[in-house]
Amino acid sequence: MSEQPDSGAPLVEAPADTVAGEVVLRLTDVVKTFPGVRALDGVQLEVRAGEVHCLLGQNGAGKSTLIKVLAGVHRPDSGLVEWRGQPVSFANPQAAMRAGIATIYQELDLVADLSVAENAFLGHEPRRLGFVRRGQMARHTRQILGRLGHAEIPPGRMVRALPAAGKQVVSMARALSHEARLIIMDEPSAVLAHDEVENLFRIIRELTAQGIAVIYISHRLEEIREIGDRVTVLKDGRTTAANLPARDTPTRELVSRMTGRTIEYVFPDRPEGSALGEELLQVEGLTRAGEFADVSLTVRAGEIVGIAGLVGSGRSELMETIYGARRAESGTVRMAGRALRPGSVGAAVRAGLGMAPEERKSQALLLGEPIYRNVTLATFSRYARFGFIDAGREQAEADRIAESLEMRPRDVRRAVRTLSGGNQQKVVVGRWLLGGTKLLLLDEPTRGVDVGARAELYQVIRQLAAEGVGVLLVSSEVPEVLGLADRVLVMREGRVVRTAQAGELDENTVLDLVMAGSLMEGAPA
Amino acid sequence: MTDSPPATTQLPAQSPPVDPAETEAAGAHATPSHAAATGRLSWWHGDSGEGARRNLALVGVLVALFAIGAATRSDLYSNPDWVWANMLSILKLASVVGVVTVGMTFVIIGGGIDLSVGAIVALAGVWCTTVATQSFGAGGMIFTAIVVGVAVGLVNGTLIAYGRLVPFIATLAMLVAARGLAAEISDKQTQISQNSTINGIASTNLLGIPVLVYILAAVVIAGWVLLNRTTFGRRTVAVGGNPEAARLAGIDVKRHTLLLYALSGLCCGIAAIMLTAQATSAQAGMANLYELDAIAAVIIGGTLLSGGRGTIIGSLLGVIIFATITNLFAINGLSIEAQNMVKGGIIVAAVLIQQVQFGSLSLFFRRNRLTTS
Ligand SMILES: Nc1ncnc2c1ncn2[C@@H]1O[C@H](COP(=O)(O)OP(=O)(O)OP(=O)(O)O)[C@@H](O)[C@H]1O
Ligand SMILES: [Mg+2]
Repeated sequence: MSEQPDSGAPLVEAPADTVAGEVVLRLTDVVKTFPGVRALDGVQLEVRAGEVHCLLGQNGAGKSTLIKVLAGVHRPDSGLVEWRGQPVSFANPQAAMRAGIATIYQELDLVADLSVAENAFLGHEPRRLGFVRRGQMARHTRQILGRLGHAEIPPGRMVRALPAAGKQVVSMARALSHEARLIIMDEPSAVLAHDEVENLFRIIRELTAQGIAVIYISHRLEEIREIGDRVTVLKDGRTTAANLPARDTPTRELVSRMTGRTIEYVFPDRPEGSALGEELLQVEGLTRAGEFADVSLTVRAGEIVGIAGLVGSGRSELMETIYGARRAESGTVRMAGRALRPGSVGAAVRAGLGMAPEERKSQALLLGEPIYRNVTLATFSRYARFGFIDAGREQAEADRIAESLEMRPRDVRRAVRTLSGGNQQKVVVGRWLLGGTKLLLLDEPTRGVDVGARAELYQVIRQLAAEGVGVLLVSSEVPEVLGLADRVLVMREGRVVRTAQAGELDENTVLDLVMAGSLMEGAPA
Repeated sequence: MTDSPPATTQLPAQSPPVDPAETEAAGAHATPSHAAATGRLSWWHGDSGEGARRNLALVGVLVALFAIGAATRSDLYSNPDWVWANMLSILKLASVVGVVTVGMTFVIIGGGIDLSVGAIVALAGVWCTTVATQSFGAGGMIFTAIVVGVAVGLVNGTLIAYGRLVPFIATLAMLVAARGLAAEISDKQTQISQNSTINGIASTNLLGIPVLVYILAAVVIAGWVLLNRTTFGRRTVAVGGNPEAARLAGIDVKRHTLLLYALSGLCCGIAAIMLTAQATSAQAGMANLYELDAIAAVIIGGTLLSGGRGTIIGSLLGVIIFATITNLFAINGLSIEAQNMVKGGIIVAAVLIQQVQFGSLSLFFRRNRLTTS
């Protein structure tokens, strides 16, 4: 890295010789296999300068594997990768970066104990005489963060101390710290709230206006319509459609090319005039300074209650506090009339609570362990007699969940590490679907889950509710909250600003409530 | 994207097999992945096979060591009776550290480390051979050693789990303190064990195999079952692999951490009896540097030092490999120093292998290690 001492110059200025519209990247028949899995089975892809090229495909279709091939993480087994007209094979991520390909990975890969600036410039710190120029690095980082609309993040802050969305911003800053001709974004919006996505799109437009190409992966079709230019669809590691116009291709067609069938992307019906059970969860006056204040809510048996709010509005912190993972400063949590011991997850779980946390990798998964052991992590003692686990029964139960959530691959003995992001997410949620849970706390349950599996997941959640389970749901996707929940709480800056039946709200109303600093009737309805 | 329409709107598809016009057909013909065809082999290539493959490699190392022995001392190895007797003496040599290593394996898989094991063995050995304790007979001595081991383990565990001390620091302090207490109790004297039952543990053979080897086998089997078949083992892996995930799944991480150190203490108590029996005495300096032998064996056995993954069998093979090397040097009349250098080299090699196998992702951004294309 010493040969480019000024690689720290971070402003995303396209290299001078960029010609808009020229093909910068072409993949022909790229194959990549892992032991037992053919992740890429002949992929074609063509990306032009200045376009936003979207990759679509179900969970496990091979999108992340494909971009890891481009980023120099994986080497293809066969096939041709042409970068700016030259066949290339990147030996490692650094080589790809030097060639002008920057990547934001699906799973965050930041070093928690380094600062924001150190993470942004990891591997290409501005140096002089071998010494890192910390001042310059901090300055550049501040500039990039400003461009990203997050000037409030201090470059010197440890990444560990940032919330999930902040970490996403830092990985974006890292990609922008390179002089890139192609920026790859693997589900960057999965952790972002609505306004953050707008912000992201603004940045993408700036980039493409300079002739930089962007590969954009998302499971949200509406995003692809908004930002995308062309779409390539992958299915089972193959390109099933290339270069479709992003705006005009009918959804039905996109979905059928992804899945090989048509999926009704709708929410399950709410049971008519359903008899809700008695109040299961009663939260009163719950407060944690700086996170949320004076939150009161109830969830009845059989009811799905959704919480809408921006990332940072205190939603996740509230969920974790109800669950006992954080200790409330004041207020009570009651489950079926009995107060839960504050700050004790064990007590909450014994009382029948279960929580699928926000961040799967750091909060939920044992990556090296098999799928079934991850699915049963909270319940394995149920399959045990005198402490001895009946692995057969355990696997059968995990298999049932894998089936109902369309997990792929279906072999539950595979290590979770080898699963695609969306399938890992299904493991996290599936953990609490084994039965025995009376109240489910779901924090962004569909993060990274594809259209088809999402519909399955909604069905499963609705089914559980019909069986009398109470559900408290947090999601950054307003339509999801409105479509799935019976009742909706809107949170802003740590307070509940509105409670209403889902039918009484529409997306715009909720967005206004969520964002507004304006005159809101602060009283819960 | 308003200003570059030629680049962004529909282009003729470049690659014939994926022409949009053909997608109906393409969708219909898309074949399932090849996973099914190769699934049968996946235990071997896949993750569950990693431990097995590694252990097989360790067996390979043992075979190689045997071959070296046979090549350097063909005079001895030509006698099958000697070979058998030598194998038993290797196992006997490995037995005490082996028992300690089983406990250490649990602690390390659980994300911790126990530097105090040698000191605990010494304290338990000294305590169970005081005149007062010996007056209760063999049962009293065994009981004392085990209670002392577990109690010290509980202190370690409490400091680490509830006092939030770093395991390295807490057990380092315990190493010093326990040896100090052992010296205090024994008044720095060597305490002779007068109990023939205890002493007999080391000198008796059953069906031609030393009792010490049976004890090792029993502890290893119990450890294997505990790790692989029980909820305790499952919690150990969870707590070491991702403590936050374990906590959010309702596992009492602190209590389990406490139990892990108690388990290590229990193993030390058992080892104390075995070692006392071997020496027919105990003193504050006994089991010197056992912590290093045990940790080294665990690492060689493929257990991740960062926790969350490991095997009992691997650790056992690690101990046996070390004992075999000691034996190899002894029968060739070579120095302890040379032997330690070889052991050090083996540890480094084992860690390097571990990094290549598991650490590829963490190496990913460590720039200075990576060469450019
Ligand atoms: N390191 C690995 N070892 C084994 N198999 C792997 C590995 N990485 C990915 N796979 C497999 O390759 C296939 C493609 O995975 P990939 O992560 O590319 O999917 P994806 O399209 O990104 O899905 P998602 O939308 O869920 O993120 C999956 O079947 C996955 O299980
Ligand atoms: Mg992916």
